[in-house]
Amino acid sequence: MGFEVSQNGEVTLVEVEGQLIVGNRQELKQQVLEQLEGGDRKFVIDFAKTGYIDSSGLGVLVSLSKKIREQGGELRLSSLNEDLRTLFELTKLDTLFRIADSKELALEGF
Amino acid sequence: MTHLGTLRTAIDGDLVLELPGDIRSIESTVEYVMQRCRTCSEQARRLDLNFRVGLTEALSNAMLYGNSHDPSKRVLVEVVLQAGRLEARVTDQGPGFDPSTVPDPTTPENLTKPCGRGLYLMRKLLDEVSFNDQGNQVTLVLRLESGGFLEGGVQA
Repeated sequence: MGFEVSQNGEVTLVEVEGQLIVGNRQELKQQVLEQLEGGDRKFVIDFAKTGYIDSSGLGVLVSLSKKIREQGGELRLSSLNEDLRTLFELTKLDTLFRIADSKELALEGF
Repeated sequence: MTHLGTLRTAIDGDLVLELPGDIRSIESTVEYVMQRCRTCSEQARRLDLNFRVGLTEALSNAMLYGNSHDPSKRVLVEVVLQAGRLEARVTDQGPGFDPSTVPDPTTPENLTKPCGRGLYLMRKLLDEVSFNDQGNQVTLVLRLESGGFLEGGVQA
């Protein structure tokens, strides 16, 4: 379980491995906020290797999106599996984020 | 089992766990319960998604809000699988709350708030969600069309 951060041009890509849940959400938040404070404005969080996101994890994505927008940036998401997409649809968070089928598509034209 | 807490009793396949007030125990606890629960394949997604999410949210709420992050307070988890019905009861040691006061997180004014989706997800994904009068115990029910069983032997 962890987060892999890489740079793709101007875009910061964060890949979530394992779970994004109450026990590790602060770690993700801290990593993204450090990049934001360092000047990064374009973020993609990829869930291709993610098994599960709980409501705390969803909450941290909402919080990060808001903070990034406040700095004139944008957070996009990618690679939600069927279960994760169901959670986003149930909570209507699919209306709040731009969600791409893959990280490549998310990075394209960002 | 020590990282999960105490397996207090297990009678006739029922599972009872007493957890420490540590959010790091949630993931391993849910995984342990999921491993003990087995149903036929057509029920797998309802078990893996609906029950897993519901139980995780119930444990998070119990530790974060019910017990107010107090590591000295415990959370009791009771799981019963009967014919066609999987039931989990989660009890914290807090004062309880009124679930009717929790707002709908999907309304436009609440959609951008970081909190408030746990109970909503429980209600959306489980067939029954009920609270005791005090509001410190939630009972989740998932109906299983073809039944199932709790796997594993009795441990104490």
